[in-house]
Amino acid sequence: MKPRSKRLMLVGGGVGLLVAAVALVLSAFQQNLVFFHTPTEVLEGKAPTGKTFRIGGLVEDGSIQREADGLTVRFAITDTAKVIPVSYRGTLPDLFKEGKGAVVQGTLSPDGQFRATEVLAKHDENYMPPEAAHAVEQAQKAGATVSQ
Amino acid sequence: MIPELGHFALVMAFALALVQAVVPMVGAARNNPSMMAVARPAAQGQFFFIIFAYGCLTWAFITSDFSLQLAASNSHSDTPLMYKITGVWGNHEGSLLLWSLSLSLWTVAVTVFSRHLPEAFMARVIGVLGWVSLGFIAFMLVTSNPFDRLLPGAPEGRDLNPLLQDPGMIIHPPLLYMGYVGFSVAFAFAIAALLTGRLDAAWARWSRPWTTVAWVFLTAGIAVGSAWAYYELGWGGWWFWDPVENASFMPWLLGTALIHSLAVTEKRGAFRSWTVLLAIGAFSLSLLGTFLVRSGVITSVHAFATDPARGMFILALLVVVIGVSLLLYAWRAPKLTGGGSFGLVSRETTLLGNNVLFAVVSASVLMGTLYPLFLDALNLGKISVGPPYFEAVFVPLMTPVVVLMMFGPFLRWKDDDFGAAVRKLAPAAVASVVSGFGIALAIDHVTWRTVLGLTLAAWVVLASLQLLAGRLRERAGASVSSRLSMIPAAWWGMWLAHFGIGIFIIGVTMVGSIDSNLDLRMKDGDQTEFAGYTVRFRGVVDAPGPNYDASRATLEVSRDGKPIATLQPEKRVYRAMGMPMTEAALDIGVFRDVYVSLGEQLPEGDWIVSLHHKPFISWIWAGCIFMVLGGILAAADRRYRRLAERTAAAGALQQAT
Repeated sequence: MKPRSKRLMLVGGGVGLLVAAVALVLSAFQQNLVFFHTPTEVLEGKAPTGKTFRIGGLVEDGSIQREADGLTVRFAITDTAKVIPVSYRGTLPDLFKEGKGAVVQGTLSPDGQFRATEVLAKHDENYMPPEAAHAVEQAQKAGATVSQ
Repeated sequence: MIPELGHFALVMAFALALVQAVVPMVGAARNNPSMMAVARPAAQGQFFFIIFAYGCLTWAFITSDFSLQLAASNSHSDTPLMYKITGVWGNHEGSLLLWSLSLSLWTVAVTVFSRHLPEAFMARVIGVLGWVSLGFIAFMLVTSNPFDRLLPGAPEGRDLNPLLQDPGMIIHPPLLYMGYVGFSVAFAFAIAALLTGRLDAAWARWSRPWTTVAWVFLTAGIAVGSAWAYYELGWGGWWFWDPVENASFMPWLLGTALIHSLAVTEKRGAFRSWTVLLAIGAFSLSLLGTFLVRSGVITSVHAFATDPARGMFILALLVVVIGVSLLLYAWRAPKLTGGGSFGLVSRETTLLGNNVLFAVVSASVLMGTLYPLFLDALNLGKISVGPPYFEAVFVPLMTPVVVLMMFGPFLRWKDDDFGAAVRKLAPAAVASVVSGFGIALAIDHVTWRTVLGLTLAAWVVLASLQLLAGRLRERAGASVSSRLSMIPAAWWGMWLAHFGIGIFIIGVTMVGSIDSNLDLRMKDGDQTEFAGYTVRFRGVVDAPGPNYDASRATLEVSRDGKPIATLQPEKRVYRAMGMPMTEAALDIGVFRDVYVSLGEQLPEGDWIVSLHHKPFISWIWAGCIFMVLGGILAAADRRYRRLAERTAAAGALQQAT
């Protein structure tokens, strides 16, 4: 092989590799994005059914209930305007409490119940998950426009 | 008084950093030896003042001086002494001071260990480090002064975040920062070389040991951080693809590409511009990592600061660093031509492939980490990119890297015969596919991921052994010990680090394939069967600690009637902030960990207990230890000193004629 065609092969192989890698990255990216919705958006039907997404807000006061096995937990997430019932099986984070911010990830079942596979709470006493804060803020903004 | 002295020392360090940044650079440009000679004393003086400032801050923490804002929000008089000392860097301001301290330490190390380098080059390296230092000290003085007073002083401190009150957190940040900051030395060497117009094999040789040492620190820092997350966060995971972890992983990926690219530049004179770009990139990602973790743009245990002014400052610093160095690169790089040519099948090609793949992986991690932040900043919605994305990208891109990693050392530089290399490696390849399938069948978990992981691990181990055997056969006749001692330290370093990857893959694959988890409710006397073990719950007692109250459970783990371990996980509440914490308990073994954490107490008095069985998880960190040892050996190779001296002598001769 001539040095020139060797170099062409090397460059061509490199570019081909790069294109394949970029295609892989982009398709993986599209398939694995997890969107965030506020409880209000979910009840407006803006959230996808059958696909994983996140909702955030406050854990409604008095909503935490445990099933007999002690592991399945039911609670409600609210953005102060709308409420979504959530069920989750597993250990809850240390800082998960009623009246405090939380973000849950999972899917929405047809009966309107959110089945969480992951529950994220605040990271310390003063900090609210940004998504939870965002949801409450949105709901309050919307509330303010309605009342005007 | 002491904090004011510390603040004053910081201002003095700033002044010296200014001198260090300007005078030697001007001296190098004008070829003025006395101006260039300012570099070393300025750097050493700056080190003195920064360590003094750091000492003052530590003193305020140890003596619980709560009239100091930082101590009041991150310490408590009941905090154990060790965590008072480490509390200094468990926050934004203190960790910046630690950053500056480690930069200063690296700079002094350069002034001490690189005496043989040409004066003008040295002056520029120290000058560039001076600019970086200037940026960080200014950042502290303007937006995040660690010596701010709280008037009137608080009667009691708010205590250090309980998550950080752990031995792992004592060493994780300093190691990580030594790694991050270490890339600033590689960066300074690259910029100095661009300024001098001297990007040759000698430059690569000078830069290589420094880069390798930085990589060693970063590797160790990431490994310790991952071990800490494993036992401290209480979920039994060891890597979460959390933005904070990605922040340290991106410079590691690019740094790994850099140490390999430097090898080609040193040995063959090729890849020169690419090496410079990687050095700039690795350092920029280190800065970006600091920005991500320290500015509060992401929510995580590490993000304590929420002040946007700070974020803007680091972002500006980042833009300046990247902008200026890329401009310089654009101006100088076209002059870089030539370098050794190489054939399609050669060691260079495998290293090129490795470099391209590492760069693509870093870019994809960067995209997954930053894209959600961009969308959020532009108000286009909130999304999150979780582990499934990173795993979907990482596994297929790293698989060819591992294959190339074992091909490379078998190929000669410049040109080799593909057929011969394949024939040499075919037996190992076949054996590894067979053992990959065999082990997957044996553990009864035949998925493509498990088979792939085990095959790759077997491939690394077998090909490494073959490589070593081949190396020993080179000098037939001599005794084995003399043949072993003939092998240079750098080769052993490469071999160990690559072997470590194999060990690491075994750990990752086994944990990912056959770990198991059981969450259940238990009360005193309850017993359960789990992963072949019998676990008996022996109740919960109160166990107060120095600055927390804990409920401590006792669980007896036995197998076939024989007791294995008594584990005591705790649920703690730290008094100062009323913050609850789960403290897991582990029985660590070579082939498996048994991991227990205590959930909450149910109204009926039962407890939720989480049991984990983690096969081969220690191998993950054992692999990292191999990589770290390999790096240390590679950096310690004697030839760097010898060759560097020779080139310096040759350079002096050239200048004289």
